[in-house]
Parts: sequence; C-alpha cells; structure tokens
Amino acid sequence: MKTRPELENYIFILPAAVIFAVFYIIPFIWVFQLGLYEWDGILPTKAFVGLANFKEIIFEDRIWWSSMRNAGYITLVALTLQNILAFLLAWACDRQMRLKNFYRALFFIPPVLSEVVVGLVWQWILDGNYGLLNGWLTRAGFPFLARSWLSDPQTALTTVAVVHCWKGFGWGFLIFLAGLQTIPRELYEAARTDGANAWSCFKHITLPLMMPVAVLVAVLTILGTMMGFIMIHAMTSGGPGYHTQVPVLHILSSMMPPFSRFGYACAQGISVGLVLVALSFIQYRFLSMRRDSAWVDQ
Amino acid sequence: MRSQGYYKAKRVIINALIHLFLIAIAASCIVPMGWMVSSSLKTQETVFADMSFVPGELHFENYLLAWREGGFGRYFFNSILYTVSAVLGIVVIASLAAYAFSRLRFPGRNILFVMFVAAMMIPLPGSFVALYVLLNKLHLRNTAIGYILCMISVGLSMSIFLLKTFFDRLPRELEDAARMDGATKLGIWWHVAMPLARPVLAVVVIFNALNVWNEYVLAMLIFDDKALMPLQRALMVFRGEYLTNYPLLMAGLTITALPIILVYLLMQKYIVRGVTSQATFG
Repeated sequence: MKTRPELENYIFILPAAVIFAVFYIIPFIWVFQLGLYEWDGILPTKAFVGLANFKEIIFEDRIWWSSMRNAGYITLVALTLQNILAFLLAWACDRQMRLKNFYRALFFIPPVLSEVVVGLVWQWILDGNYGLLNGWLTRAGFPFLARSWLSDPQTALTTVAVVHCWKGFGWGFLIFLAGLQTIPRELYEAARTDGANAWSCFKHITLPLMMPVAVLVAVLTILGTMMGFIMIHAMTSGGPGYHTQVPVLHILSSMMPPFSRFGYACAQGISVGLVLVALSFIQYRFLSMRRDSAWVDQ
Repeated sequence: MRSQGYYKAKRVIINALIHLFLIAIAASCIVPMGWMVSSSLKTQETVFADMSFVPGELHFENYLLAWREGGFGRYFFNSILYTVSAVLGIVVIASLAAYAFSRLRFPGRNILFVMFVAAMMIPLPGSFVALYVLLNKLHLRNTAIGYILCMISVGLSMSIFLLKTFFDRLPRELEDAARMDGATKLGIWWHVAMPLARPVLAVVVIFNALNVWNEYVLAMLIFDDKALMPLQRALMVFRGEYLTNYPLLMAGLTITALPIILVYLLMQKYIVRGVTSQATFG
C-alpha cells in the first residue's frame, strides 16, 4: 500500500468535515463574535460594542420581549392542545388496528407540506372577506362569529397558534404511536385479569410508560415552536402591528433593511438560543429524575 | 347483572365515537388541501364568491398560466435541481463519513462524531445571519452551488447519525471477505456497504428530499435573482406581486405541494421509520 492507512481513512471523512466546518462551524462561531459588534453587514469596519447589544435586547427592545411572549403563548398552546390531541389520536389509533394505517397516512399530510404552502393556504381560508371559514360560519347561521381572523389583534395570535398545531400534531402523533406500540400487550391483559378497568389501565400502565416519550415530544415541540416563523411570515408577517411577531422573525427583520443591524441580530439569536438550551436542559433533567425514581421497576 | 348485549352495544358506541373523532381530524387534514385545489380551478371573478368545492367550470388553464406566465415551470425545475443535487451530495458525503466513523480508525474520530451529533442538538436561531455574511464573502450568494452546499451541510448531521447507527449493527464478515479478495477501502464502501445500507439510505433520501424541497429561509437569503429561485421562495414573491390573484397562487401552491404529497404517500413507510428513529435517538 502506497499511502499510510490513516491518510486513506481521512479521504472518507474529508468532504463531510470540510462542508461542516465551512457552512456550520464557522457561522456558528461568527454569531457569537458578531454579537459583540455593531455592523451593517456592508462596511468593511465593525464597531466593537461589547455586551451593549445584549443590554439593549433586555432593557430596551420591547418588540423582542413581546415576540418572546408571543412565541411562549404559541408554545403553550402547542404543548397542551397539539400534544394532547396527538396523544389522544395515537391512543385511539393504537386500539383500532384495522384503520390505523389509513389515519396515520392522513394525519401526517400537514407535517410533510412546506410551511409556505400551509401558511398561504390557511391565509386564504381565514381571509376576513372571502375566506372559506367565514363563508361556512355565515351559512351555518353564525355570521356574528365571522371576523378577520388574522388581521384582528384579538384573534390573530390564537389563530396562528391553532394553525401551528394543525401543522404539527402529526409529528407527536407518530412518536406517541410508536411509543404506545412498544408497550407489551401482556401488561394490559394481566391488569385486566386482575380486574382493572380501562381507566386504571391507562393511568397505571400507559401514562407512566409513556412519560419519557411525552417529555421527548415536549422538548421537540418547544424547540420547533420557539424557532418556527416561516408559517407566520406567510400568514401575517408578524402583524397586525407586532401581535404575531416571533423571535426568529424579529432576528430576520433586524438583519434586513431598513435596520441592517447584523451584530444586533446575532445577539438576538444567541439570547433565544440560550433560553432554548436552558429549557430543554430542564426537561431532560426532569426526565432523568423520573427515570431514577418512578419507573425503576420497568 | 347487565346483559351481554349491553356491553356489546356500549363497545360499539364507544368505537363509533372514537372513529368519529378520528375521521373529523382526518377530514381537517384534507379539507384545506381540497380548498386549495378547488380555488386553483376557479377564475379571478368566481374565486371570491363561489364557495363550492367543485366549481361549475373547471379552469385547468390556470395551471398552464401559472406554469408559463407565473414562471412556476422554471421554479419547479430549480427545486428539482436543488433537491436532486443536495440529496445526492448528502448521500455520498454522509455515507462516506458514517462508514469511516463506524469502521475506520483515525485520530480525532470520536471528537468529530460528537461534533456532528451536537450540531443536531444545539439550537442556534439566527445562525443564518452569519451564514449570509459567509456566503457573501465566498461570492456564493445568489448562486445555485452556494445554496446546494448549504443544504448539504444542513442534512449531514442527521444522515451521518442514521447511517453510522446502521453500519454499527452490520456484521463485518462480508467486508472481511472483500478485503481478502484485495478490495480497497473505497471499493468495500461502494460495493459491499452501500448496497447493504439500501433501507436506511431510502430513509436518508426521502427525509432530505422533503427537507430541501420545503426549505425557505436560506432560499430567501441566498437568491435575489428570480431565475434561480426554488418554488417555496417564488411563491412568496408571487404573492407579494400579485396580491389577490388567488387562482394562480393556488395553482402554484398545488404544483408545489402535489409532488410532496405523492412522494409521501408512496414512501410512507420510510418517512415513518425516519421520524421514529429520530425520536428514539432523543
């Protein structure tokens, strides 16, 4: 063999390492560096401002705070409405062996569609004047319920959150279903013969065994929702006013003209990232605590 | 004692209610798509007034208009080009790396692998800001190759992880036999490991194809030139320019969504496998 074996081995890893280093690692490091500068993205010189960007985010940027609040609200709706729905559907499907594949096929259509498609279709359906939803409400005899769902400040955020749940519940459903199918049927049968009813089976077998899966789904939901923005960009662009503004949309607008504040946008990204890392860390801790105590007997 | 009939009736009713619930949710997944297709077959005059799902006249010429005048034909081919190139790149590069992580020895192996996995777990919203700066410096902004390289980088971590897990479980006998016959390492990777990895490669292909086809943010930051834009980006530009031309917009949306729905329905099993393996990883 002419080349040394280790050199030959590097051929395998080289393309991945180069692309990863250039398009992932370097930008990753730059975000932390740029966060300390004031820079418009064009001028060759950047002005070092230390932690001033972060100070501004925390003490002056009211839109950043309201965008975090909005994303938090959407996340809460997703954690409850979307995940409970996903779990109930998975539980119902797990029992219905015959039509399981049919339902599963349909439930996963929204997740495979792009956020742009979903956002634009729902925007059309929810249109205040010509939308399908208002048309149906009027025809069903509830014309007083019809409204401009996405441009009315009172309903915009909740409407966006519900569409988000519609798009996302299929993920949770699939993961919950996969989890439910790992529970051995014998456990249920044994409990049945001991005289347990459906509710106590659910409470003492299904729920505890599904806890780790639920935490996983919750982590994925929080990360996905807090970072999501394309669907909102397509539906409302953060409006009316800033009623549906979310963090990443805010980062994008800081970076784009007329603001063109690249350093500030990076600082915003770091701030949101820190919050997300903290949140998922807490949840994994919660999970491992449960693993240590409650379900040792598993 | 309640009769046998009582329990039977109770079970039938509960089952019916469960199915009703499931069907209602399933319908909610389809109705918006149906409305999208229906609106795409109406005219600018009827689309605002006609609330029927199957309009009296079906204006299929909207698709021709969207394809030619709306430019969706060009965007469609751009999307195909980006998706095929990025997925090919990911499959080759990720499987080479995954094979090395699983079978070959070299200094720094573990650290590199941990970095790839960590990239999947650490959320950094706004890293696109720096990526934009980088692409500008490399003169890769507003180029197809710049976009494709970015999309390859996005897909690498997950794909390497999936493939490495697969190679780790693969018995080594076949590879040893090939080595006895004097095959090179690259030869073994291509002729032995890759054919065996077909099932997991299918997951990698489908998952990344969906991902690239549906990508929006980088397409927005990278392309100024309309002629280079993929469908997702072009849809938003079209919406901005022809604010109320709903029939053409809906035709464009259908052109964008239909291939994905078809691929999904045909390849469901791989998608389900992909999602659940992602889940078990976490």
